Amino acid sequence: MSVDTKTVKRVAHLARIALPEAEVERMQVELNAILGFVEQLAKVDVEGVEPMTSVTPMRLKQRADVVTEGDMADAVLANAPISDDHYFVVPKVVE
Amino acid sequence: MTELIELSLAEARDGLEAKRFSASELTRAHVAAVERARLLNAYVLETPEKAMQQASYSDARLRRGEARPLEGLPIGVKDLFCTKGVRTTAGSAILGDFKPDYESTVTSHLWRDGAIMLGKLNCDEFAMGSSNETSAFGPVVSPWLPPNWDRARARSTIIKATAEREVPQGLLVPGGSSGGSAAAVAARLCLAATATDTGGSIRQPAAFTGTVGMKPTYGRCSRFGTVAFASSLDQAGPIARSVRDCAILLGSMAGPDPRDSTSAEIPVPDFETAVSRGVKGLKIGIPKEYRMDGMSGEIEKLWAEGGRWLAQAGAELVDISLPHTAYALPAYYIVAPAEASSNLARYDGVRYGLRVEGRDVIEMYENTRAAGFGREVKRRVMIGAYVLSAGYFDAYYLRAQKTRTLIKRDFEDVFAAGIDAVLTPATPTAAFGIGEKASASPIEMYLNDVFTVTVNMAGLPGISVPAGLDAKGLPLGLQLIGRPFDEETLFAAGQVIEDAAGRMVLPKVWWE
Repeated sequence: MSVDTKTVKRVAHLARIALPEAEVERMQVELNAILGFVEQLAKVDVEGVEPMTSVTPMRLKQRADVVTEGDMADAVLANAPISDDHYFVVPKVVE
Repeated sequence: MTELIELSLAEARDGLEAKRFSASELTRAHVAAVERARLLNAYVLETPEKAMQQASYSDARLRRGEARPLEGLPIGVKDLFCTKGVRTTAGSAILGDFKPDYESTVTSHLWRDGAIMLGKLNCDEFAMGSSNETSAFGPVVSPWLPPNWDRARARSTIIKATAEREVPQGLLVPGGSSGGSAAAVAARLCLAATATDTGGSIRQPAAFTGTVGMKPTYGRCSRFGTVAFASSLDQAGPIARSVRDCAILLGSMAGPDPRDSTSAEIPVPDFETAVSRGVKGLKIGIPKEYRMDGMSGEIEKLWAEGGRWLAQAGAELVDISLPHTAYALPAYYIVAPAEASSNLARYDGVRYGLRVEGRDVIEMYENTRAAGFGREVKRRVMIGAYVLSAGYFDAYYLRAQKTRTLIKRDFEDVFAAGIDAVLTPATPTAAFGIGEKASASPIEMYLNDVFTVTVNMAGLPGISVPAGLDAKGLPLGLQLIGRPFDEETLFAAGQVIEDAAGRMVLPKVWWE
């Protein structure tokens, strides 16, 4: 399978990466090289094989449903590019 | 006091205990070496004040006879580990000046045990790379020189390249993604370093630089506070100048952690004791599928030699088959980008790091990520988004995860048949030149990990041990793969190879 330029643009948007028109073609070539390489997996007989969900046999740990941390708004916001009154500031989302 | 930086971690520990020198002297010698080695670009951040402060505290403890296991030992930290209040970038421009408010579990274990931090080490952006060339800080230069290069040529090449904002073509890569860690350890800019391995990022750079690198079993070290790349594959581990030093460092780094639900609730054994256990009676598997087209004859010869060394020490060599080996790399290049595209969704210009404004919130995300991510990262995030997108999930991601089950089953079968460890080459070739693969297809770079990636896909431990030099005088490594949570056997067998090969003679200083 290979991707056309339309698909490259769609995937860039899905991945939320702005892709200038001038870079689309090069990205297409590179993505197709990778997709061509992984194509060989079609040769593997996976009939009846379970997909791996955990690489080591382990049961997901559980803990008591209690608050163990919190009340650290200043620390959480310390690295924010823009914040105001303990909120992250983003461009207007709702009209 | 330059001789202090030539000590192994174990020798330095014993020297401190015997009061032959102080932690402050040891640390000062390393701080000075780091400052003089900036041409290598191994450190992206030096923390000398912090180091000297920790050293003086260590000296007080040593005086009181209260030394902890790593008391006063200066190490470097891959810039993928979050360090509280100390800039952490993962080699990416998108994290900008990010200063975590928390400490990764692995590094917190090291400080708990008395280790000293010299600074943060360069790495490929988000650990995606095999040469340290994708770092936003530029490539790391290997301390190993290409044949016929001298000090003057190497220095002038780097100085000229830096002035012209180019890469120092012709000099060698240290491998990646833990290229800064491997180069710093090989150049004696720290006694040992932390590193991480998602597809070979500890073992390949260790092989390229004549150092020892251990990727433990998935779950042995907590992933809490380590910048995520592919969460089902990522593991932290040490790079050091001897098998014993790796064992000592891993003993501190490892251990269960309530903050990582995939960290294993298994006690940490005494790895250092295992180092001298020997291999008598062990069955070592030699997998025929690792004999690949295009592999250098020298590596093939060294591989056979490694087998003989283990046999002479009392192990039994057994020919084995791991039939799905060839499919590990293509399956990895679906699974790892898929997990990366999900993990890297967090870099959105809102909570930390870089932000580039746009007309609306979506455009702000897109502009931020376009400006902050490098080419390799964009490529992988996009491949990941594609293979997970509607209509392609079954053909790519599901098939890759089924293939992964088969790769793991290959190993389970040979271990069930009594094999204790598997011996393979660490890499198909020795180190290549900076810029050499830049114009090639991304696949050519990916092939570097062909021998190491199976281990991550199966969640197993693997160690790379230097075993000799090629005709150009560059180091080559052998890899040992073990049963889940049996790093001890790998340390024991690794020590046999180190003893037989002789401790690697590291390059003399040309970078100062």
